[in-house]
Order: sequence, then C-alpha cells, then structure tokens
Amino acid sequence: MDTYYNPADLKKFSAIADWDKNLAEKFFAWYGEVFKPGELTAREKSLIALAVAHTIQCPYCIDAYTQDAVERGTTEKQMMEALHVAAAIRGGASLVHGVQMMEKAKKISM
Amino acid sequence: MKSLRAINSKWSDPEVQVRFLEREGAHEHIPFFHSKLQDHGIGLLKTDRPSILQVNIGYQCNQTCKHCHVDAGPDRKEKMSEEIMEDCIRALETGCFEMLDITGGAPEMHSGFRRFVARAASTPVAEIVVRSNLTILMANPVYADLPEFFKMYGVRVCSSLPFYSSTKTDRQRGEGVFMKSIKALKMLNAVGYGMGVDGLRLDLVYNPSGAFCAAPQDQLEKEFKSVLEKDYGIYFDRLLTINNVPVSRFLDFLIESGNFEDYLDKLVQNFNPATLAGLMCRNTVSVDWQGRLFDCDFNQMLQLPKQVEGMDHIRNFSKEKFRDKKIITGRHCFACTAGLGSSCQGAVV
Repeated sequence: MDTYYNPADLKKFSAIADWDKNLAEKFFAWYGEVFKPGELTAREKSLIALAVAHTIQCPYCIDAYTQDAVERGTTEKQMMEALHVAAAIRGGASLVHGVQMMEKAKKISM
Repeated sequence: MKSLRAINSKWSDPEVQVRFLEREGAHEHIPFFHSKLQDHGIGLLKTDRPSILQVNIGYQCNQTCKHCHVDAGPDRKEKMSEEIMEDCIRALETGCFEMLDITGGAPEMHSGFRRFVARAASTPVAEIVVRSNLTILMANPVYADLPEFFKMYGVRVCSSLPFYSSTKTDRQRGEGVFMKSIKALKMLNAVGYGMGVDGLRLDLVYNPSGAFCAAPQDQLEKEFKSVLEKDYGIYFDRLLTINNVPVSRFLDFLIESGNFEDYLDKLVQNFNPATLAGLMCRNTVSVDWQGRLFDCDFNQMLQLPKQVEGMDHIRNFSKEKFRDKKIITGRHCFACTAGLGSSCQGAVV
C-alpha cells in the first residue's frame, strides 16, 4: 500500500459485503433511502453530505459529493457557502468550549 | 480559442479518435459498447422507423466552444451545397419524416439557410427545428431579424445554454457568451418564443460544463426556469439535457485534463438498458454537408457512416432500406445510455 487513501477504493465500497453481507445490505439499503428526495430535495441532501464530508474530512466522501453537487447543478458559490457553514459549526464547537476553559480557570484561580 | 483542426491537433482526425476509443486491451475498466449490450442479452442495436432527418449544413460557427463535438469554429469552411439541400428536401417530400432538425456549426451562417427552411416548410414535415447558439443573433446585424424569420415559418428553436450563470457558461462557450445569450433570449421572447404561444416553442439545451453527467432533466428545468425568470425575466418551454459525448474537442479535454478513464467509467457504471429503446440513432437519419448518411451527428464527426447497401447518400434514402439495420456503435455511445439517457431531444427515459 503506497498511501492510506487510494481513490480507486471508492469504487470498491460495496466490497465491504464480502465480509458481512447482511449488515452491508442493510447499510446500503438505508443509505439509498436516506438520499431519496423527501421533505428535503435530493440536491439539498447532497449539499449537506458535501459539508459533512469536509467536517469529517473523508476524501472519498469529498470526491463523491463534489461530483454529485456539480452534476446536480449546484453552483460553486453554493458549495463554498455550505463549507463555511460546516467550518463555522466546527470552529464554533471549539470556541464554545472556551466557556468551559474559562470556568475552570476561574475556579482554580484566586 | 481555435478549432483542433486549426492548430493541427491529432485529435482533429476522426481515425485517431476512433483508434483511441476502440483500442483493444486499453481502458482496463471500460468494456466495448457491444460487449455491454451482450451482457444485457442484446445482440445488435438496430434501426426502427425513420422519423427525424437531422441535417448538418456546415461546420462554420461564430463560437469555438470547449466541448464541441463538431470542432466547429469561424475557420471551418465545410458547407452543404444547394444541390444537396434539394436532395434533403426531396427526402422530406416522401412524407416519412416528422421532424427536420437543422444543425451545424451555426446553421444560420450558411448563405442558403433561409431558403432551406422556406423550402422545408412547403414539405409534409410537421416540425422544423433549428439548433441555434443564440449569440449568432448578435454576431452581425444581418442576423438580427432571425427571431421574426423563425416565427414566420413556425420553427422550433433549440438554443444552447449550458448554465444559468455566466461563470460556467463563459468557461465553456467563451467570454461574454452568457450575457449575449440572455439578450438573444429576450429577442426571442419579444416575438413570442417561449411565451406559451402555440407554434413558437423555445427549448434550451444543457450540456454539462465538464467531465460529469447531466442532472435529471426535470430538476434542472425547474431551476433554469426559476433563475432565468427571477434574474432576467426570460421564459422558455423545455430544457433538454445532453451528456457530452467523448468525441473531438470534448475527447481532447477529457484526455488533456486526465478525466478520460473516470468519465467513461462513470458512463459505464450508469449504463441503463431502459434507454436503448429510445435512443435517437434508432429513428434519426443524420446527413453531413456532403449528403452522406450516419446514425447520429457524433458518428458523423467520427466518420462512421451508415452501412446500408444502396443507401449511402440522402439522394438514395429510402425508409424501407432504413428499417431494421445495424447501428454503428462504439464506446462513445455510453454517453447516450447513461442514467436517464441522452439525445438531441433531451433525456430518453
């Protein structure tokens, strides 16, 4: 293995069924259902997936959902705005812990 | 940007393209098109009843779009003679075609274009379609009255607009093309096209602006209609989605950008046998500027002519000879069979 991530592995995703068919089938059926249009459109779901992909920093997901977003006609500005939402939540999640930091510091300080 | 032919690119040669696409042992994950058909229990793809006569009257164009499968541009001089146009009219007079689809290049640049439309309007053909790049309406004052001309003959206008924003459109079709297209659409709307007037149908054609497939036609149509109305006050009838076929300039783009294998792989992964019954090659007769016959405009650009004995030219076209004949296919055909399918009339299923 030359790298931890191989782009070709994305196409082999379904191979996880080789070691546990039952659970894989359940996962892929559920996954397919999740992305069907519901109260949210398929395009909105795709954009959420793209933002989450960046938050969890999954290169396979970034590859797949960038392609998906572009195909669905999502504009570059919309894609970047979605990323900023994800980044803002991520950044906010760090900063909001600052309250804990401050409380702790106050508590142990004279 | 110049045509591949103007810069002497090897990809301007149809033989080089076909050799590359159909190489034995190459493209590890990409099967031959006929093998894929066999996997689905289908032998040969065959023609059905002829209903569309698609005539490419010349390769000259005022634009040089990055994805153009014709390699059209201002430098291309190939154009149909009046004599061959008359051969096409005679084929229309047989009454076996429901639609005449005039394409190019920019067909309006052909000096015999208006006469051809007028002559076709006097034949039994029910519908005349002109594939217009829109900017031609502003390329020269002599084209400014085209909306009125189209209206006079009840021509259905199919206009290219790859996206509802300038960034993607201009990237594919050239700087400033989007705003010129918007002005041209306003001119067409002004005479009634796209405004719900009977017989004045205005369709937009969406080509993905890169190495990806078209989104579902209905979804994109809603977005196009919403944005074009809200931002520009523009109306149209239908959006037709067409996947880019790996031929000529789009093939060159795929290879140069390192996207060829992934794009073809995606088309193959999305192969949909339900599209086969509605493929345009089954009911279309494609005619090149020299009058030669092909199964589609893409085969025309790859110089893969129809192989029907006694029917190699529009002059000797017959609907009896057309039916139930082998369609010439290749790996490029995966673009028409992916997902919901693709054709000059939009999605197939």
